Amino acid sequence: MTVLAVTGLQKRFGGVRAVDDVTFSIVAGEILALIGPNGAGKSTCFNLINGQIAPDHGTIHLHGRDITGLAPRQIARLGVGRSFQIAAGFASMTVRQNLQTAFAAHHRQSWRFWHDAMGAHIAEAEALLARVGLVAQADRAAGVLAYGDLKRLDLAIALAGAPGLLLMDEPGAGMALAERGALMRLVQKLAREDGMAVLFTEHDMAAVFAIADRVVVLNRGKILASGDPASVRADPLVQARYLGAGR
Amino acid sequence: MSFFLTQTLTGLASASSLFLVAAGLTVIFGVTRVVNFAHGSLCMLGAFIGWSILTRLPRDPAWFALGVLATAAATALIGAALEIGLLRRIYRAPELFQLLATFGVVLVLADATLWLWGPNDLPLPRPPWLRQFVMIAGSRFPLFDLVLIAIGPLVLGGLLLVFHRTRWGVLVRAATQDRDMVAALGVDQRLLFTSVFALGAGLAGLGGVLALPAGSANLQIDLAVITEAFVIVVVGGLGSIGGAYLAAVLIGVLQAFGVVVLPGATLVLVFVVMAVVLVVRPYGLLGRDRGQSRTDAEAVILQRPAGPWQITAAGIGLALFLAAPLLVGPFGMAIATEMLVAMLFAASLHVMMGPGGMPSFGHAAWFGIGAYGAALLAQNLATPMPLALAGAPILAGLAAFAVGAFIVRLSGVYLAMLTLAFAQIVWAVAVQFVGLTGGDNGVLGVWPADPRGFYYVALALCVGGVLVLRRIMFSPFGFALRAGRDAPARAAASGIDMTAHRLAAFTLSGAAAGLAGAIFTYSKGSAFPTYISVSHSVDALIMVLLGGIGSLAGPIIGAIAYTGLFDLLLASDFWRARLGAVIIALVLFFPAGLAGWAERRR
Amino acid sequence: MTLSRRTLLTATAGFTGLAAPAISRAQTAAIRIGEINSYTAVPSFTLPYRNGWTLAVEQINASGGVLGRKLEVLSRDDAGKPQDAIRLAGELIGDQKVDLLAGSYLSNVGLAISDFALQNKTLFVGGEPLTDALVWQKGHRYCYRLRASTYMQARMLIDDAAKFGAKRWVTVSPNYEYGQSLVKWFKILLAQRQPGVEFVAELWPALGNIDAGATVAALEQAKPDAIFNGTFGPDLTKFVRAGNTRGLFEGRKVVSVLTGEPEYLEPLGDEAPAGWLVTGYPVDSVTDAANLGFIAAYKARFNELPKLGSVVGHAMIAGIAAGIAKTGSVETEAMADGFGGAKFATPFGPVTWRALDHQATFGAFIGRTALKNGRGTMVDWRYIDGADALPSDEEVKKLRPA
Repeated sequence: MTVLAVTGLQKRFGGVRAVDDVTFSIVAGEILALIGPNGAGKSTCFNLINGQIAPDHGTIHLHGRDITGLAPRQIARLGVGRSFQIAAGFASMTVRQNLQTAFAAHHRQSWRFWHDAMGAHIAEAEALLARVGLVAQADRAAGVLAYGDLKRLDLAIALAGAPGLLLMDEPGAGMALAERGALMRLVQKLAREDGMAVLFTEHDMAAVFAIADRVVVLNRGKILASGDPASVRADPLVQARYLGAGR
Repeated sequence: MSFFLTQTLTGLASASSLFLVAAGLTVIFGVTRVVNFAHGSLCMLGAFIGWSILTRLPRDPAWFALGVLATAAATALIGAALEIGLLRRIYRAPELFQLLATFGVVLVLADATLWLWGPNDLPLPRPPWLRQFVMIAGSRFPLFDLVLIAIGPLVLGGLLLVFHRTRWGVLVRAATQDRDMVAALGVDQRLLFTSVFALGAGLAGLGGVLALPAGSANLQIDLAVITEAFVIVVVGGLGSIGGAYLAAVLIGVLQAFGVVVLPGATLVLVFVVMAVVLVVRPYGLLGRDRGQSRTDAEAVILQRPAGPWQITAAGIGLALFLAAPLLVGPFGMAIATEMLVAMLFAASLHVMMGPGGMPSFGHAAWFGIGAYGAALLAQNLATPMPLALAGAPILAGLAAFAVGAFIVRLSGVYLAMLTLAFAQIVWAVAVQFVGLTGGDNGVLGVWPADPRGFYYVALALCVGGVLVLRRIMFSPFGFALRAGRDAPARAAASGIDMTAHRLAAFTLSGAAAGLAGAIFTYSKGSAFPTYISVSHSVDALIMVLLGGIGSLAGPIIGAIAYTGLFDLLLASDFWRARLGAVIIALVLFFPAGLAGWAERRR
Repeated sequence: MTLSRRTLLTATAGFTGLAAPAISRAQTAAIRIGEINSYTAVPSFTLPYRNGWTLAVEQINASGGVLGRKLEVLSRDDAGKPQDAIRLAGELIGDQKVDLLAGSYLSNVGLAISDFALQNKTLFVGGEPLTDALVWQKGHRYCYRLRASTYMQARMLIDDAAKFGAKRWVTVSPNYEYGQSLVKWFKILLAQRQPGVEFVAELWPALGNIDAGATVAALEQAKPDAIFNGTFGPDLTKFVRAGNTRGLFEGRKVVSVLTGEPEYLEPLGDEAPAGWLVTGYPVDSVTDAANLGFIAAYKARFNELPKLGSVVGHAMIAGIAAGIAKTGSVETEAMADGFGGAKFATPFGPVTWRALDHQATFGAFIGRTALKNGRGTMVDWRYIDGADALPSDEEVKKLRPA
C-alpha cells in the first residue's frame, strides 16, 4: 500500500532549481533513505513534504490524498511525524510531560482548558518511554538531557502521533556511534512491527545501508539513482558523483 | 510652500535630537540585548551635567562644542560604571531581566539628580549666537536648528565609519549577529560590552546636552525621552543605526506636520505610526528577524506544580489574607487589596510572558479597559457591581483578542513594543475622549455598597482568578502553549496550532488583567488614565521579573514583594532611591527572581 | 545648588519629626492634618509648597495653636498617581486618625481625594488643583478648594485681553483637562466680551513633550493678532525660546496663564518675554504689609524667596486653622458647614471660604511681564480678588450637583 507518493516535485530559489522533477513513493513498512551531497536538495525535499515550504510544481499525496501546500500542522494531523536534525524537546517539561503533551495533541485535546494534563496519557507515555529507552529519564527536565537522549525524546514525540509516515532529518547527526546504531535499529523495529513508512536523510552511509530498504540518491535537485541499497551502491554514476570513486 | 519647507526643516532638527538618544539605545540593545530603561535617565544626566559645565565656560561656540564633548565623555563614564558595576553581573539572567536592573537605576538616578541639582528647572542661558536665525523662505529659522540638522547625519556617518572601518566596530557588529561566536573568537566580550554601553551612554548624554539650548535641564526629561527613544529604535529596527535615523526622520517630520494637521492627536500620533509600521514590517524599517538569542534557551527551567512546601506557604498566605481585617487597620487593608489585585494582574501577565512566551510592555491596556469598562458600566448604565465585574473581563478579553490577532505572530521585543503602542493608544483614548471617560479627571464615584465586604469579593476573585489561570496552565492547553514556546517547530510538527494557542493565551491574559482592573476600580472608587500609563505596565513587568518567570509562584511573590515594598517606602523621603536600591540588590542577589531562588533552594 | 539641598534637608527633618505616629492622644493633643501631594512628581512646585505649610504650622503653633491645640501635619507623597493618593488618604484617616485631609497639586489627584472624602465623610481641603469640577460639577459638602480655578484664571485676564481689540487669536495649551478647560473658558468669555473675535488655530502639545519649533511655526502660519498660552514649566521654556528666535511674539499680543508665577518665570531667565499679560505672583515688587511680612518670615526661615507654591501651602494651612476656629471643633459634619464663611488672612490679603460652593476667594495677580536686570518680572500688576472672578451665585448653583 502506497503511503507517500511524490510526483514531479519542483522548487526554485532564485535561479537555482533546488528540487527538480523528483518522483518517488514509499509503501507501508518501508524505509527509504534520501541521500546525496550537501546542497543536493534533500532538506528542501523534506521541507516540501513536511509543508514548511510550498512547491512550484508537482504533487504530494499521502494515502492517496493530495496534501500539496498544506501547513505543517495540518500535515502532522494527517499522520506524518517528523524528527529534527537539531533535536528539540519541550525544555520546561519533564520527559514524561513531553510525551503527555504530544499524546494530548495527537488526540486533539490541546484545547482542553480544564483537564489535568499530567494525569492523562500516563500509560501511553510510559509505554513509549520504554520503547525508546527513556524510562530512567522520565522525570528529568527535557532541557537538561544529554544530546543522545534528546534525540530519542524528539523521536518519541514524533512517534506519539502514531504516524503512518515518519520523516527523519539526519537522525544520527550529533550522536555517538553506538547510540546512532541503537536508534536506527529502533526505527527499523518500529517500521517492521507497526507498518510505519520511514523517509530519512543521512550522511552516515553505514547507517543508510544497514537499515534502508530502498535508497534515492539526489544530486543538484535531480534523482541520480534509486533502488535497493546494494544496486545503488554498485551504481557507477553514484560511485563517481557521491560515494567517491576511490573507495 | 514656504511653510512646508520650514516645517520639514523643523522636523529634521527634532529628528536629529531623537536620533542622538535613540542611536545609543539601539547600539546597546543590538549588542547586549539589554532593554535599557535608564537611557532616558542618562540623557537627563547629560542635560544636568551639561548645564553645570556650560554655565562655567566662556559662552562662545568653540567652548560650547568643547563643553558638549566633555558632557558626552562624562555620561559615557557613568554608563561604563553602570555596566561594570551592575549589568555585567546579570547578562546570563533570563531575557528582559536586565530591564529590572535598569528600572532600579532609573529610580536611583531620579532622586540622585533631584538631590544634586535641586527641584528647579535649570535653563541654559543662551548666548547671542545660539539665538541667531537665518531667513528661509521668508521665515526666521533658528541657526542652532540648522546645526542640529547637520549633527544628526554627522553622528550617523561617524558611527557607520566606526562600525565598518575599525576592528572594534567589526567585532561589535559580529556580536550583534552572534554573541557566542565572538566569545569563541577569543575576544574579551566583557570589554566589548562595556565599551558599547559607554558609547551608548555617551550618545544619550550628547542628546541631553544638545537639547539644552532649546529648553532646560529638568527632572521630567528621563521619562519624556525614554518612550520616544524606544519607539524610534523599534520602528527603525533593532540594532540598526541607519534604521534609527530613518525612523527619527519619519517621526520628527510627521510630528512637525502633525501639530498642524491633527493638533488634538499629539498624544497618539507617534504610537499609531509605530503600530502601522510594525504591522506592515514586523522587524522595523531596516531590521531583520534575529531569531531567538541563544541565551534564552538557558533561561527555560522546568516548570513544576507546587510541592508541599509551596502549598503550605500559600495556605499560610491565604489564611493571613482571610484574617487581614482582624489584623490590620485601613492602611493595611488597602495594601492587602492592592496586593491581591497586583497578584492577579501579575499572574495574567505571567501567562502571556511565561508559558505564552510573549513579553508585553503594555499590559496595563487590558487592566485599564477592565477598569474603565466596569466604571463606565456602573456609572452610565447603572450596572450592578456583580455584572460590571463580569462585564469587564469580557470587554478586556475581546479587545485583547482583536489586538492579539494582529500581533501574536511576532515575538520578543517587537511584540512587546506593539503591546506598548496599543496601550498608549488606549491611554490616549482615555485621556482625550473627555465626554466618555472624563479625560484625565477619570471616572469617579464607583464605590462598592459595602467596602468591608468588598475586600472578600476582591479576595475571592483575585485568588480564584489566579487559581483558574494556574489550572489552565496545567491543562493540556497550557502544556501545548508551553510546547509552542519551548520548541515552535517541534510543536507544529506534533499538530499544535501555535498561533491559535498564543492568541487564546493573549485573550485569556487580557481578560484576567481586565478583571484585576475592575476590582481595582471598585477598591479605589474610580478609574484614571494612570491605570493605563507606561509606568503601570512596567509595574506589572517588574512584579513578574522580580518574582521569577519560571513558575506561577513568581508573579505572586513578586506582586506581594513589590506592592509591599512600594507602599512601605512611599512614606519615606527619597523613596525612589530606596526602592531602586532594593530592586538592584534583588537583581544582583536573586538573578532567577525570588521564586526561582526559592525553587533552587529546594 | 547648596541652597536647595539645605532646604530639602530642613524639610526632611521637619517632615520626619511630624510623621512619627502619636501613641496616645487626649482632647488636648494636636489637631492632625493629613496632607497628600505629588512631591516626587512635581518637586518644583511641591518643595516650596512644603516650606510654605511648614512655616504656617510653625507660626500658628508659636502663637498658641487653634482651639488651644497645636497643629500637626502628616505629609505623604502620592507620586502623581490618584490611586496611590486614595490609598494614602485611607491610611491617614483610618490608621493615623487625622481630623481632615488637605493638599494635592494635579487636578485628577485632587478629584480622587475629594471623591474619597465624600465616600468616607471626611473633610478635604484642596490647595492647588485648578479644575473647575472640584467645586462645581463634582463638588460636595466635604470638599473645599483654595486656588483660583481655570475658569477664574481665564476670567481674571479677560477684561485686559478684550482691550487688545485683537481679531485673530490662536491658542496653545497642554493636551489635558487643565489646558482644555482654560482654552474653553477663554474662548467663551472672550466671545461674550468681544463679538466677532476669531480663533484661527488651536494647538495641543502633549504635556512635558512639546515640539516647540513645529508648534511655533504652526502658530506663525496662522498669522494671528494675539496668542493665548496655557503651557507652563519646561514646555513654556521651550515655547518661549523657540518663539523668541523665530520672532513669533514680535508685534503680537500674548495672554499667558500662570506665567507670572516665580516657578515658571524664573527658568525663562533673560529670555523672559516682555509685555505679556499674565497671572502670577510679583514676589520681588509687592509692597503691602501682608505680602512683605510673609516674604520676610519665609526668607528668614528658608533663606530664599517664596514661590507661588509657598503662598499656596501657607494659605491652605491658614484657611484650615480659620475654618476650625470658626467651627469650634474638628468634628467632620460641623467643619463641613463651619468652614463656609470663615475668613482668613493670607499673604495675598483676606480670603473667605464661600459657603455657596466651598471655593475660596483667594485671587491672583495679573500684570505684564518685563525684563529687569536680565530676569523676568511682573509690572503694572494688580491683585484681583477671587470673589470678583466668579460667576453669579445662580450660575454656580446650576453647576453644582443638588
